[in-house]
Amino acid sequence: MKRVARSVSPFLVLALTAVWLLLNQTLDLAQIALGAVLAVGLAWSASALRPVQTRLRRLDVALALTMVVLADIVSSSVAVGRLVLAWGHAREFRPGFLTIPIELRNPYGLAALAVIVTSTPGTVWAGLSPAGDALTLHVLDLKDEDEWIRHFKQRYERPLTRIFQ
Amino acid sequence: MITWTLPVWAALPVTLLLVCGGTFSLIGALGLLRMKTFYARMHPPTMGATLGVGCVLIASMLLSTAILHHPVTHELLIMLFMALTSPISAMTLMRAAMHRARTTPSSSGYTGP
Repeated sequence: MKRVARSVSPFLVLALTAVWLLLNQTLDLAQIALGAVLAVGLAWSASALRPVQTRLRRLDVALALTMVVLADIVSSSVAVGRLVLAWGHAREFRPGFLTIPIELRNPYGLAALAVIVTSTPGTVWAGLSPAGDALTLHVLDLKDEDEWIRHFKQRYERPLTRIFQ
Repeated sequence: MITWTLPVWAALPVTLLLVCGGTFSLIGALGLLRMKTFYARMHPPTMGATLGVGCVLIASMLLSTAILHHPVTHELLIMLFMALTSPISAMTLMRAAMHRARTTPSSSGYTGP
């Protein structure tokens, strides 16, 4: 049997402790200690499931990206809402598939990208090529493909690459 | 009968957030009716699942905090788990539709990428 090198990710421990405290709605020292013990145990067991280790290199970039995504969720919700309510000529839009060449390979970075794409109205994840070099999205209003690709790479892929690679 | 009073500083934003959240969810559901193809229909309900739910949860946090007189933040966990799990159902639906379009193109009237 092959042995997996196990290690406990400090970020996962911190995150799980935070979830425990949120669940219990407390900042009690005893609860913090109990949460930390549980988090270390869970993080250790999880390391057998996901042996791929990664590190959040740039927390500042991650925070900035979160803000950008929140703003984009609001603006694209308004855009999609307009398309739903529009009548007549304003209702003409072009849904379509868009293939974007991507350089991001880190599985955690790709998972974060999936969360971003899914939570933004107007884009849905439609598949990653087996080689991992092309991402297909379905876009509700695809006006200018090249502009879309440039926008996507600069706004989401570049910060994620800086955070995870 | 339980009676509690909600201070004005909380009542105003809570009402506004609930109306906004409800409006976004309603428009999202309306989009489900108005869009013509399966792929286009995938998009509008996302509004309800992100902005709609977000507004209602922030309203819930404000309301509970104002009534119980201590910070209530359970809702942050709901937001976290919604964000983490919604890509799974969206991807599954999308990939299933694309697979159907590839294998039986006539059934959807739509061809994949």
